[in-house]
Amino acid sequence: MANGPNPAAVVTAIVAKDVRQRLRDGSFLVFGLLLPLGVAFFFNMLLGGDAQQRTGSTYAVVNGDDGTLGENLVDGMLRPLDEDGVLDLVVVDSEDGAREAVEDGDADAAFLIPEDFSRSLDSGEEAVLTVVGDAESPVAAYIAQEIGRAYATEHHRITLTVASAFDTEPDPEAAALLLEEAESARAPLTVAENDGLDTRQLDTATYYSASMAYFFVLFAAMFNVTSIFEERANGTLARMLASPIPRWTILTAKLSSGLLIGLVNMAVLALATTLLFGAEWGHPLGVAALVLTGVLAIVGLTAAVAGFASGSEQAANWLSVLAMLLGAFGGALFPISQLNELAVVSYLTPHRWFLEGLTDLSAGGLSAVLVPCAVLLGLGLVGTAVALLRMGRMVKS
Amino acid sequence: MPVLEVRGVSKRYGKNLVVDDVSFIIEEGETYGLLGPNGAGKSTTIGMIIGILQRDAGTIRIDGAEHSVTNSRTKALIGFAPQEIAVYKDLSARDNLRFFARLYGLSGARARAKADEVLEMVGLSDHAGEAVSTFSGGMARRVNIGLSLLNDPKLLILDEPTVGVDPQSRNSILESVQALTRGGLSVLYTTHYMEEAERLCDRVGIIESGRLRAEGTQRELVAQVGEDDTVLVTLGGPADKALDRLRALDRVSEVSADGTRIRLLTEDARGVLPSVLRTLTEEDMDIRSVEVQEPDLEAVFLRLTGKGLRE
Ligand SMILES: Nc1ncnc2c1ncn2[C@@H]1O[C@H](COP(=O)(O)OP(=O)(O)OP(=O)(O)O)[C@@H](O)[C@H]1O
Ligand SMILES: [Mg+2]
Repeated sequence: MANGPNPAAVVTAIVAKDVRQRLRDGSFLVFGLLLPLGVAFFFNMLLGGDAQQRTGSTYAVVNGDDGTLGENLVDGMLRPLDEDGVLDLVVVDSEDGAREAVEDGDADAAFLIPEDFSRSLDSGEEAVLTVVGDAESPVAAYIAQEIGRAYATEHHRITLTVASAFDTEPDPEAAALLLEEAESARAPLTVAENDGLDTRQLDTATYYSASMAYFFVLFAAMFNVTSIFEERANGTLARMLASPIPRWTILTAKLSSGLLIGLVNMAVLALATTLLFGAEWGHPLGVAALVLTGVLAIVGLTAAVAGFASGSEQAANWLSVLAMLLGAFGGALFPISQLNELAVVSYLTPHRWFLEGLTDLSAGGLSAVLVPCAVLLGLGLVGTAVALLRMGRMVKS
Repeated sequence: MPVLEVRGVSKRYGKNLVVDDVSFIIEEGETYGLLGPNGAGKSTTIGMIIGILQRDAGTIRIDGAEHSVTNSRTKALIGFAPQEIAVYKDLSARDNLRFFARLYGLSGARARAKADEVLEMVGLSDHAGEAVSTFSGGMARRVNIGLSLLNDPKLLILDEPTVGVDPQSRNSILESVQALTRGGLSVLYTTHYMEEAERLCDRVGIIESGRLRAEGTQRELVAQVGEDDTVLVTLGGPADKALDRLRALDRVSEVSADGTRIRLLTEDARGVLPSVLRTLTEEDMDIRSVEVQEPDLEAVFLRLTGKGLRE
């Protein structure tokens, strides 16, 4: 023991102790698993991003038309979409059967083609195409409506009406509500070529799984990084400083335990959301690189900010605000497009780079993560350097 | 060779010189008490000795070797129990011990064995797996002290180890310290309870406002100050009329009265007590109680600083 204990063993011991404490106080469970999973689940449900929508929702169609135009809509428009895997098409016999299918959740929406569809169009009258949507999956209704609209624009005399599955008669009020919901829910999934949405987007399940996991990883890291303040206050830091360990091992351990907890969180969440919500994170190597650099960036920033605080409470306050700002401006809480001209600010946040990395990964190859990873790594290193400088004070004599 | 040698050590916080040119040594097997009131500089002195505070002047040698905040060899010789209970309250006593054992270089199996040994020593084996947060104050104190024994120190430093514990736990703590010193351990013990210093310490240093005012065995200190015994007599009525006769008694140096209480200073309380009592009886005074106080560290402290230890 002449030269003191082995530094690697010391760092390991401190990290193990910190992790044990985080398991005891429940912060790992709450901030690392329950909250991100819960919130992702909530958004996922709210915005209708169930697993089916990744491959396409199921749509029922009733072709009551005694002419040829109804067939034209089914075979010329809906079937090709089915074949392309955009949606699953189910042909049903009656309007009641279609409504029932939507009501029971067997279909997400239904197209009702009336008996007089061709006749009306041929005779120059208005024809009505009805879309029945389930209020609980507004996105599906929205897509169905877009499809209907695409067809209607080709045939100018088609009026599109939208109905909720729970009304036997199309109720204008409910329809308006449903439409409104559908419009505001605008899931990042594109169907029609002409709707102008960016096709390079994550699907709902993946977006919310990844953004919530990354949003909450800051909190998970926070408890480890700020625990040094508690150790100072309760005297255990003095005990560590009095022991024959090199001082740098203490800070190294604090940052390492934040990193470790963050990585474990992200790994578990990636797995859990894949299994539970059908999230598709992407190529494991690319995801691993993004998660590693992404968590490093968060731990670095967290520690850097904490380094300027005077105690754990102040640090926790500052970091909670930071988490919200980064989440909001980084596109983790709502899509960046809603930031409008402020969107450029998002490039200052690791969240933007992390989510963009995942998006690029899903669209392009592995190499697409290089730039986001490099930026995240840079943020992490700068943050860590600042943190070591500032926190160094705490282990100085 | 002394286990601890402190020479001319000073520490300044801003303009405040909180430790001012303090020097003392602790020999092998010796228990040294640092006695002083709140804010005297005891903990700051200890901080420099355990190597968590940089000193502004002076030298410290541990077992003959130059000591510093980065010297892991000298640090490994010291066991330290801070004034506050410095443990992870959410972890069990055993986990606390195992963790700090590893910081002293004990690996897995040895750390576990040492933790068990210390738990036994401080009488907490039955509660080893329980979180310290569920412990009584006295039990937590014992964990705090146990942590300082993990590395089989040559010098044990206990900073006010009995603050806030019940009399029974205090007694058991004092007994274990005595047992450790019988085993040849050197101890630096700070307190502002003079009874503890009197009971435990071979030598005592009196520190006040950062300065070591006096140092020696209890007897030396008392002799150095030459404090008289105090005789306190409480009467059933006013004390005034006997004062002149009491002052005239042999070997009584000072007499003062405070309502129904008479305070006599004398170099020999036992010798003068019979004549004091006889005088009071002759004056028809109703004696309620008599108390003789031998010179103690408290009195020494009063003489040196004009203050009480717990003022
Ligand atoms: N970090 C610090 N910065 C400024 N002043 C300090 C600091 N630590 C201690 N002091 C001051 O130094 C003086 C000595 O404090 P110290 O803790 O050494 O006293 P003590 O003898 O241990 O007292 P107590 O019996 O209350 O524990 C006090 O006046 C205290 O306010
Ligand atoms: Mg103190």
